[in-house]
Amino acid sequence: MTYTADEMMTVAAARALRDGMTCFVGIGLPSSAANLARATHAPSLVLIYESGTIGAKPGRLPLSIGDGMLAETADAVVSVPEIFNYWLQPGRIDVGFLGAAQIDKFGNINTTVIGGDYGNPKVRLPGAGGAPEITASCREVIVVVRQNHRSFVERVDFVTSVGYGAGRGDRERLGLTGAGPKKIITDLGVLEPDPETLEFTMTGLYPGVSASAATERTGWDLAIAADPEIIAAPTPAELDALRRFQGSHARSHQ
Amino acid sequence: MAEIVSLAEAVERAIRDGDAVAMEGFTHLIPFAAGHEVIRQRRRDLTLIRMTPDLIYDQLIGAGCTRKLIFSWGGNPGVGSLHRFRDAVENAWPVPLEIEEHSHAGMANRYVAGASGLPFAVLRGYNGTGLETLNRAPTIRPITCPFTGETLTAVAALRPDVAVIHAQRADRTGNVQLWGITGVQREAVLASARSVVTVEEIVDDLDPRPGAVVLPGWTVTFVAPAPGGAHPSYALGYSARDNDYYVAWDAIARDRDTFTRWLSDQVYAVPAGPP
Repeated sequence: MTYTADEMMTVAAARALRDGMTCFVGIGLPSSAANLARATHAPSLVLIYESGTIGAKPGRLPLSIGDGMLAETADAVVSVPEIFNYWLQPGRIDVGFLGAAQIDKFGNINTTVIGGDYGNPKVRLPGAGGAPEITASCREVIVVVRQNHRSFVERVDFVTSVGYGAGRGDRERLGLTGAGPKKIITDLGVLEPDPETLEFTMTGLYPGVSASAATERTGWDLAIAADPEIIAAPTPAELDALRRFQGSHARSHQ
Repeated sequence: MAEIVSLAEAVERAIRDGDAVAMEGFTHLIPFAAGHEVIRQRRRDLTLIRMTPDLIYDQLIGAGCTRKLIFSWGGNPGVGSLHRFRDAVENAWPVPLEIEEHSHAGMANRYVAGASGLPFAVLRGYNGTGLETLNRAPTIRPITCPFTGETLTAVAALRPDVAVIHAQRADRTGNVQLWGITGVQREAVLASARSVVTVEEIVDDLDPRPGAVVLPGWTVTFVAPAPGGAHPSYALGYSARDNDYYVAWDAIARDRDTFTRWLSDQVYAVPAGPP
């Protein structure tokens, strides 16, 4: 079966979630991947959205974090102060699953402004939403983002959410309780932090993606593992489940 | 006791030029009809407060009602940018827009502090982020725990002049009931000096609903019937989210002329609704 780079990315991201985990889900690519995981290998994955829906079981891709279907299928619906204070902040949630506009080699995320300065930006992005506290407090974080020169930068223009700051020791110094970003999953492959420096290193590539392609599409001097894993192509079952979800998503937008 | 009045009267009496107004509803129950009435009554210099500005504040910003925005996520959910918001920040059109931005956790806690009658709330948050160090964010400060010595973050209380929310229904004495995703509406109403609640319907009896929030009538200033008043968002049990509208908004809002035509045809030319 042929597949697109985005489909490969979504499948790889879904595989990063284990059955039974609790997952705080951002909208967009992370939500597609988390729902794919629940529809395939992780039926007991607990999806938590910042709208206060805990244990949502959507039958199609939610169009926003407040999609009515999330509330109707949830185990519990709580208020917004409660979802952040009682559920996220104490570190109850296994994995935060986020997107990014810009990300740097230490996994810091920018979704606030690009170019110029804060008061006079070239591009005004939506802002923080729940991400700063998700990256601070979930036990670990996985970021799903397309890899190119705009998104993969040496230093983010604005630190909306802290990954590893300027490197080893920064999360501890800042009092961030979660372990931080463990994986960045892109349309080329997977990056993981170097165990010593915490700089993100390309440790996996999709079939047909060369190391030089990954280097070319990264705005910093990208480290590539000596023997990067070649990640398995999507199975027909994974593609089928993903396309079923996305078909229903497209139909509900018509 | 809440007064039950028309939407036009509620906005006329509750909201003044220069007020700080919080129109809440977290993707569900967004008070669009009330927002349009504020545009029609040409309120100016408002400080608008809302976690997710959404289309409703894109419209109020584009219409020139807004001097300052206090928010935590300003996008068109599932679609992309809020173009009127961006045009105001990037190009000061139609008027300059001052912004004060937070994270969702920070905003939610600021409302909790306001509702609790406290000057600030405490959370673990913002450490190491650019939001913490912005000079324009004097509402975020480190604080030392008096018991453990740990450094936490204090965020200043939000005390809006007016909260505006949409709910499924109210009874004839102004008790308000909402359910589904209830967001931060209770906190917004209790933090504010005055409030306007639009409802799908006014009923004789509010029979219990699982997970419902009830705001007793004595905590609410005005209740106004506005069936369909959350459109294009939704009211669980009454209407579905109009996803096409959110998608179509992108093209309308992208261009100043198209937006201005939309404003004149879809807001100024439309009567305020049932008296």
